[in-house]
Amino acid sequence: MGDTNQNYLTHPKGIMSWLLTLDHKRIGLMYLFGGLFFFFVGGLLALGMRAELAAPGNDFVSNDTYNSMYTLHGAIMIFLFIIPAIPGALGNILLPLMLGAKDVAFPRLNLFSFYLYSIGAIFFIYVLLSGGVDTGWTFYTPYSTTSNTNVMSTTMGIFIIGFSSILTGLNFIATVHKMRTPGLTWYKLPLFVWALYGTSLVQITATPVIAITMVLLMLERLLGIGIFDPAMGGDPVLFQHFFWFYSHPAVYIMILPAFGIISEIIPVHSRKKVWGYKFIAYSTLSIAFIGFLVWGHHMFTSGQSVLSQIVFSFITYFVGIPTGVKIFSWMLTMYKGQVSFTPPMLYALSFLFLFTIGGLTGIFLGAVALDIHLHDTYFVVAHFHYVMQGGTIVAFLGGLHHWWPKSFGTMYNQTIANIAAIGVFIAFNGTFFPQFLLGLRGMPRRYATYDPQFVEVHSYSTFWSGILGISIFIGVMNLLWSLRKSNKLDPGTNPWGALTMEWTHTSSPPHPHNFEEEPVLTHGPYDYDKVIVKPTFKK
Amino acid sequence: MSHDKSSPDFLYHHFYDVNQQYETSKLGMWAFILTEVLTFGGLFVAYTIYRAWNPEMFFNANLLLDVNKGLINTIVLIASSLTMALAIWAIQLNKRKLSLLMLFLTFVCALGFLGIKYLEYEHKFHLGQLPGEYYSYMGPEVVQEIHDQEKINHYIETNNIFFDKETNRLYTMNNPHIFFGIYFIMTGLHGLHVAIGMGLIAWLMVLTARGKLHARYYTHMEAVGIFWHLVDLIWIFLFPLFYLIG
Repeated sequence: MGDTNQNYLTHPKGIMSWLLTLDHKRIGLMYLFGGLFFFFVGGLLALGMRAELAAPGNDFVSNDTYNSMYTLHGAIMIFLFIIPAIPGALGNILLPLMLGAKDVAFPRLNLFSFYLYSIGAIFFIYVLLSGGVDTGWTFYTPYSTTSNTNVMSTTMGIFIIGFSSILTGLNFIATVHKMRTPGLTWYKLPLFVWALYGTSLVQITATPVIAITMVLLMLERLLGIGIFDPAMGGDPVLFQHFFWFYSHPAVYIMILPAFGIISEIIPVHSRKKVWGYKFIAYSTLSIAFIGFLVWGHHMFTSGQSVLSQIVFSFITYFVGIPTGVKIFSWMLTMYKGQVSFTPPMLYALSFLFLFTIGGLTGIFLGAVALDIHLHDTYFVVAHFHYVMQGGTIVAFLGGLHHWWPKSFGTMYNQTIANIAAIGVFIAFNGTFFPQFLLGLRGMPRRYATYDPQFVEVHSYSTFWSGILGISIFIGVMNLLWSLRKSNKLDPGTNPWGALTMEWTHTSSPPHPHNFEEEPVLTHGPYDYDKVIVKPTFKK
Repeated sequence: MSHDKSSPDFLYHHFYDVNQQYETSKLGMWAFILTEVLTFGGLFVAYTIYRAWNPEMFFNANLLLDVNKGLINTIVLIASSLTMALAIWAIQLNKRKLSLLMLFLTFVCALGFLGIKYLEYEHKFHLGQLPGEYYSYMGPEVVQEIHDQEKINHYIETNNIFFDKETNRLYTMNNPHIFFGIYFIMTGLHGLHVAIGMGLIAWLMVLTARGKLHARYYTHMEAVGIFWHLVDLIWIFLFPLFYLIG
């Protein structure tokens, strides 16, 4: 390894070699920077909302603008950042490397997915610049069929991005099944691959339903087909069923890859074989499956029968079992390991705290009686952000720090990264924990103004949201700052002493064709009890 | 890479051998078929729900569809599935001309299907049997005001409208536009698939004529074949659900 200067970042050269690339690593990087851009846009919208909520009245924006802000914050964060970020960016870069393959199964399809994502993104930018959309990211009928804002462009954007997501999932499934290097059997796969596989299964089975729902919503607006209009014999609740049949599994599209990242970071930075490999692998698949059967818990107040409420509530609790299996497996992996507090590990530890709080408050919301009280309050907002930001985004940042030296061959300043990671943890709790209290006291979500009795808690949350924004900004800028030329690492470096193939069998950054010679599997991904590998860190 | 020397020109660089490439493409196609089934699945759910809520309306509106045209289309599409399968069989035996002929026949069947569909749509547009707000067909309501038995009989004969002898009146359909909304969306989406399939078959004909497909490499044809059978299969469900519920 490391006897050549050729790597995928510099070879071949030229802007067209990037725009028309079939290399999964380059496509992954384009997804990464696209995702980070929209993370920034969505984050600014969030900070704008928090600024408005610092005081009870309409201080900065009108109610209409506020409606647009939360709709676009939700839709951009979900459809343009969280869903594509981990599979599209980290998944694309790492999956073939972890499998010992030269590329994903369908490289051209992979590029096509990226361009679909870009076209969808253009629709969103158009909506952002042309006055926004005010339905909330859920697009509930009948309001979404009558609102005079840009519902059409937004749903069109989601429709197109949906296909991008489907094609990525399809590509990954074929890749995991057929592109593994000889000898790499299913139980020798890194757990990140299992997570991507489970995610892909959900992507190809749930996303078509949101696509057709968006088509129906567009037809309802264009032709007045009346399928969701009670005045014409239609049913608006059917829209909610269609929407959540996708959007609940979509929560697992967002969180499963995060589980995969945590399953990689914890054994590497604890220098210990992962505990309960098969439990973690199968819990991924069972979460993917159970995720399809619980959509009704979003609709406890939509007039379901009591029987369906009870059944959906009961099945919802089942999600806790495989999730608990994962949390305990990660904790037992760390037990008696040599835990080092590197930036990726700090993110993984914050994930364990934050995601557990998010998961446990999910049990509150899964109980019908409590949910009817907490529905549409800040409790739901806090729960969702603990799972999505405290879970997925924290794991994404951890994964980004873990594989940054692999992707770019540079090491960031670890002290600054650690400070940013701790800042994210503290500021996140400062921002969102008070929102549980707001929700319990009855503060409804999606309002620009509120009763003055909530002002202390709201302004406290706003203060910490600023610190949170700054922490994330410092963390990401620290990564980008490491890209300057003087900072190159030796191509053979393995800074965390990891055993998965992307670290042991190829250089950092990798060769354009991934491996200079056909990779031969010599050890399992977590064989720290059998193989001695020391972290190497050379400039 | 060491095995590059022996690899044929149709092997992409990231596969080890021809077999891996073939199996991977086929798996990808099946995964795509799964997404198609779920796309149509959403619409089948909508169909089921509205039919369960409006059984009489679905029954009466169904009588406004032309069963004969639907039946002919079913036969045409099943025949095209056969010719598609024969095209793959022929290319596996390296009979390129036969394969080309079979592809051409498949293409013609697809064209025939869309032609007949056009006639059906055109008739419905003319009568105003359209989705949602555009529904303007007043057949049943107009007849209700006519008390002349002969005229009623004539109307029943020419328009296939359901007449209830016990109540001695024609059924007034409640929200028939929903039936036509679902009908047009489902058959329209299916028709779109037929049109896309025609494009793919034309592409296969070009590839076959140029000699790019042969007994050792016919993955494209196999994949389009799977797609085409799915299109056929969806119609097999659509035909009885829309035309034969009476």
